[in-house]
Amino acid sequence: MMLRRLSALFLGCALLLAPVLVLAVDDPSEMLPNPQEEARAEAIGSQLRCLVCQNESIEDSSAGLARDLRRVVREHVAKGESNRQIMDWMVNRYGNFIRLSPPLSIGTLLLWSMPALALLLGLTTAFFAYRRRNAAPAAPPPLTAEEKARLADLTKD
Amino acid sequence: MSNPPENMTRRRLLMAAPLAGAAIVGVGFWKMLSGMQHGSFNPHDINAPVLNRPVPDFSVPDQAPGQGFSAQDLRALTQPVLVNFFASWCIPCLAEMPTLMGLKDDLTMWGIAYKDRPENAAGFLKHSGNPFTRLGSDRDGRVGIDWGISGVPETFLIGPGGIIRWHSAAPLDVDTIRGTLVPLLESLKKS
Repeated sequence: MMLRRLSALFLGCALLLAPVLVLAVDDPSEMLPNPQEEARAEAIGSQLRCLVCQNESIEDSSAGLARDLRRVVREHVAKGESNRQIMDWMVNRYGNFIRLSPPLSIGTLLLWSMPALALLLGLTTAFFAYRRRNAAPAAPPPLTAEEKARLADLTKD
Repeated sequence: MSNPPENMTRRRLLMAAPLAGAAIVGVGFWKMLSGMQHGSFNPHDINAPVLNRPVPDFSVPDQAPGQGFSAQDLRALTQPVLVNFFASWCIPCLAEMPTLMGLKDDLTMWGIAYKDRPENAAGFLKHSGNPFTRLGSDRDGRVGIDWGISGVPETFLIGPGGIIRWHSAAPLDVDTIRGTLVPLLESLKKS
């Protein structure tokens, strides 16, 4: 009886604490009151690299700098700036490195198209090699008058 | 087959192509690695965009009376100044301090206490020595974001006219000062 009461008490405490534990992961006071704006800020933040723990987005990271950058993003969103403007603001300070998905440039285009280019190069090489191997051997040049005379001379009994 | 000499040159050319390719790659790697050794190339340097640009608009309030400064102060400069972001809670900053103290007679240094309480920053400088002639305070780290810093210590060399000439996201050491900073200062003096 005692044990059951204790376990009920424990369960009650755990249930009461559960939301607190969840919220402790991220401070809800950071969030924008407008859910639409908050969603936009989260979408932008998930595209921005945390410069401290470099493979996490600022939305995922709990580093101090990530928190500061989240706040900056939300301030700009609340001011009504476009996603592009906010992204440019960040790139202006931290370079393209802050973008988790790099922009299209000559360098990245070359990088991304490299498998296709390599395949194309390989196929072209294979095609020419195959054609050369299977090509009928070129007809020998016709005999010159001199050779004809010599052949006639040799075959003559 | 009909004309062997032509075939031979073609074969030689084909043999030389991969060698030439490897040589080009080798020279590229050598340049990159020697750059990394001399500090002129740093693949981990994440805020290269601020280089050769004027300092961003900012203003850091006084850490001690009359010591705060702003972008206007840096843009009005005629001599190079080293701007150092530091914090009392940062161990590498503490390790860097003797190097800065050794440099202070040769180069003007301005400090910005990043995310630090004024009394803590003051205590830190009292303990380690104060190499800074001006000292600002960036309590919430917003000025640091405008400068593109990702942590402390970070150091910027500001040339005449307030142009950022050099940046380091690592604590300064004697090798960096001799190998990079001094040649850079000499070239700034010449131009």
